Amino acid sequence: MSDASTKGDAMRAGRPRPATPGVHLWVVQRVTAMLLGIAVVVHLVTIVTAVRGGLTAREILDRTQGNEAWLLFYVVFALAAGLHGAIGLRNIAAETIGLRGRGADLAWLGIGLLMAAFGIRAAIGLYA
Amino acid sequence: MAEPASLKVSVWRGDAFQRYEVPAGTNQTVLDVVTHIQREIDPSLAYRFACRVGMCGSCAMTVNGRARWTCRTHVKRVVGEDGALELRPLANLPVIRDLAADLTPFFEKWQRARGTFQPKDAAEGAVPEDFAVVPPASKARREADAGIECIGCGVCYASCDVVAWNSDYLGPAAMNRAWTLVNDVRDGGRAERLDAVAGDAGCHSCHSTQSCTERCPKNLDPSSAIAGLKRTLFWDTLLGRR
Repeated sequence: MSDASTKGDAMRAGRPRPATPGVHLWVVQRVTAMLLGIAVVVHLVTIVTAVRGGLTAREILDRTQGNEAWLLFYVVFALAAGLHGAIGLRNIAAETIGLRGRGADLAWLGIGLLMAAFGIRAAIGLYA
Repeated sequence: MAEPASLKVSVWRGDAFQRYEVPAGTNQTVLDVVTHIQREIDPSLAYRFACRVGMCGSCAMTVNGRARWTCRTHVKRVVGEDGALELRPLANLPVIRDLAADLTPFFEKWQRARGTFQPKDAAEGAVPEDFAVVPPASKARREADAGIECIGCGVCYASCDVVAWNSDYLGPAAMNRAWTLVNDVRDGGRAERLDAVAGDAGCHSCHSTQSCTERCPKNLDPSSAIAGLKRTLFWDTLLGRR
């Protein structure tokens, strides 16, 4: 309890507020969820449209090669998916096995960015 | 529902259940059953109650797996034809003895969530110069009114999965209280309070499974209060207002 009241005094005195772990990650997760909502719809519509009349590698590359719009779309998609998934796993790990703390948070952020990097690498492969 | 002639009551005694046979009565509450056991069968049984009419909230226990006010729970509502009744202390709290839970962590979290009113226009504890005018129909006041009737019984806290998973989690009641104060236009502690309820120990861990809302004996909606805190903090964080 003394901890809480000291914090309060510190805040009233105008000192920097304490870091509240999770808030920014939560905001990132919500924003990426919104992006994924749009991206998944675009993705599914593209799949359904693309498979009409058969699907070939040539057809995919014709669509994506040299097309900045698709590159941007897949980069944003991969980034959102990587971060969103990692933050979700972070929360599951915290609640089920008690894996918490700054180190774990940074590790999850790293995992999320690594996953995104794999996706972005694939998107660049389709673009180049 | 057919009413059994006697109730087979299993009461948690700290390390095991003890079985008691209690005569069934009409309009019998679970608190009546506990009181019968203590007065007529086993005076060593510890439990807690005060008002017996749903005002104080101190008789809350886990009745057949659900946190309830025992004084407001009729036996016939929770007991089947077999007459089996299982009583445990409130979950997610330390146990003092038998059916009496220690609510200290629960109330400490109210303080951590800055559940005390901080007058905006007067130093802490001082009486303001004049009455504040708060239109009862304003949106903020209606939000505050929705949660103001909490009496701190701890039923929501005992029903919350997130409290079980994360012992630092503030819980529904503390955040419901914080939300009423965030919506109180006379209060000056908004920024500090929002900081106190943010993050993993606060509203952002809530999964919105709504056991708190489902089980609140006062029919309050802490789940919506927590959603309100999340919403406020989302925009404040995104727009750099904190």
